[in-house]
Amino acid sequence: MNIHEYQAKELLSKYNIVVPKGKVINQVEEAKNAAGSIKTDIAVVKAQIHAGGRGKAGGVKIAKSINEVNKYAKELLGKTLVTHQTGPEGKVVKTLLIEEGCNIHKEYYLALTLDREKSRITLVASEEGGMDIEEVADKNPHKIYKEVIDPLTGLSEFQARRICFNIKIPDSLVNDTVKLMKNLYRCFIDNDCSLAEINPLVVTEDKQVIALDAKLNFDDNSLFRNEEILKYRDLNEEDEKEIEASKYGLSYISLDGNIGCMVNGAGLAMATMDIIKLYGGEPANFLDVGGGASEDKVTNAFNIILSDNRVKGIFVNIFGGIMKCDIIAKGIAEAAKKISLNVPLVVRFEGTNVDLGREILDNSNLNIVTAETMGEGAKKIVELIK
Amino acid sequence: MNMSIWINKETKVLVQGITGKTAIYHTKQMLEYGTKIVAGVTPGKEGTLVEGVPVFNTVEKAIKKTSANVSVIYVPAKFAADAILEAVDAELDMVICITEHIPVKDMITVKRYMEGKKTRLIGPNCPGIITPEECKIGIMPGYIHKKGRIGVVSRSGTLTYEAVHQLSQRGIGQSSAVGIGGDPAIGTDFIDVLKAFNRDKNTDAVIMIGEIGGNDEERAALWIKKNMNKPVVGFISGKTAPAGKRMGHAGAIISGGKGTANEKIKTMKNCGIHIVENPTIIGDTLVDVLKENNLWRSEYGV
Repeated sequence: MNIHEYQAKELLSKYNIVVPKGKVINQVEEAKNAAGSIKTDIAVVKAQIHAGGRGKAGGVKIAKSINEVNKYAKELLGKTLVTHQTGPEGKVVKTLLIEEGCNIHKEYYLALTLDREKSRITLVASEEGGMDIEEVADKNPHKIYKEVIDPLTGLSEFQARRICFNIKIPDSLVNDTVKLMKNLYRCFIDNDCSLAEINPLVVTEDKQVIALDAKLNFDDNSLFRNEEILKYRDLNEEDEKEIEASKYGLSYISLDGNIGCMVNGAGLAMATMDIIKLYGGEPANFLDVGGGASEDKVTNAFNIILSDNRVKGIFVNIFGGIMKCDIIAKGIAEAAKKISLNVPLVVRFEGTNVDLGREILDNSNLNIVTAETMGEGAKKIVELIK
Repeated sequence: MNMSIWINKETKVLVQGITGKTAIYHTKQMLEYGTKIVAGVTPGKEGTLVEGVPVFNTVEKAIKKTSANVSVIYVPAKFAADAILEAVDAELDMVICITEHIPVKDMITVKRYMEGKKTRLIGPNCPGIITPEECKIGIMPGYIHKKGRIGVVSRSGTLTYEAVHQLSQRGIGQSSAVGIGGDPAIGTDFIDVLKAFNRDKNTDAVIMIGEIGGNDEERAALWIKKNMNKPVVGFISGKTAPAGKRMGHAGAIISGGKGTANEKIKTMKNCGIHIVENPTIIGDTLVDVLKENNLWRSEYGV
């Protein structure tokens, strides 16, 4: 799960990490008051969307007066921001963070993330702050430093110090920065983060260490024990069909094409998308109905696919393991009873209870094209929607 | 003759969380397949039977009474990490965790605890492991498998079935098939399984199925180039997956432009792996590879 920058900063403040003073607004009318209350010569107006690259896309403005804050608030609120992470459709700005400006002495990069190879949390830092870490990794990989953290001890002070010296934090600020790093680690662990990134981490002219920007992502699998974090979820930032699917525990992702897919298993679901594309089609979605899906869940999945009016055909590709083909068949038959199915449907069943599944579909009076293999199924659906 | 890696008909299996609905179903399936399931564990249910299998309160006691040496875990995600710890503490040879949605932080702790311990962990979030016609541990449909000489290793459950099915249809059996799981923090990785297949006298070739996210496939490819003396056919799913989205598996995500299918495919090709771009021809490609390497056997293609 992702949250907004202002929410991340709110959480970081609770861990004694210094962030710029700021106010959150949703209406232009609030802009002047907000700017007035932070008492600063220069204010920064920042669009709050769940995507990086806001600066380059014009979503971050420097204002030199209250009137300018107002002007930028008008400009940004309601605007569709297109960044390299939003996709071409962009995201509508519904919230702004208005922050005090600060005099930057130097910018750094700091993040905690999972090192998958080692199955450990890793502290990553660089003196090249303020730009994408991927860019630094490409151009100056030697300027990225890492400390792998033992979960038994947590982030050790010597490790944090070593990072500070490596990225050339001024000596007088090493202690403060070590504290900040340890606090960031505490925040990461307490809340089951999957990423905690401060970019840039800033040393100001008046010798303060500040998180000027912040990005926190959370492990979806641990939200059950982090109810406070769940409150930060912003449904405006998510795809409607993805929200609907998550209600039923379905794993669904919207794509740009017109062939709806219903598959069991994430790997097979991805491979199904790939093969549709290989045969010249475009998948409308990724959908893994999961292992232990009930008939109801399948019906809901089918409804979600059909609610997408770009969908011109559906390909169901099931290889039963835990999932039984007859459950899928019953779910499809049930869904098709309620919604008239007016697009071609290709079904490929294999695995547990395959014969039972085929029989249920045969008796359902639905107009279904069957396929023996996923290749045959993909070819057929691509042909049928031409 | 022992045609397999890690499990065979001597393996004595313990089912953790055996009284749950899914576990009961799969215990039955495994027993029907011929797996020697000797015990189950559900705290508080000691003294009961599931499909004729005695249930114990603790793993320790179950081992003492039945000498189980491998466990399979079906307990819910909230309790699964603890179940793994219990299995490792009891010094089982191997523990296979089927459970999906275990928090990453829990797995980090589990993996730290496992350092220096004898137990091998497979998974979590995996279909399990099977040595056809001897022992099936997990959730895979047994009937698609056939005893034979091809090793299969995969991050995806259903894609493993797909590959196995294609082999069996062509009369080509499998030595063992291992699902290593779709999570970012897993117990056994590609290299561990490849090493075992490389050592196994009864494995002729390997099918390796990866997906987007992380760099496990790249590391495995480099290992193969250096060490593997058997041909490997590879497939990577997720070529069309958008960046930054978790594709069902917690570990299947392209982040910061890293972990793409194309990147993996490129490295794997460079390391001599026979890459299949179309998952429906995994079986046919393996047939060609076996023939090229003089590994084709008269009983195949029946």
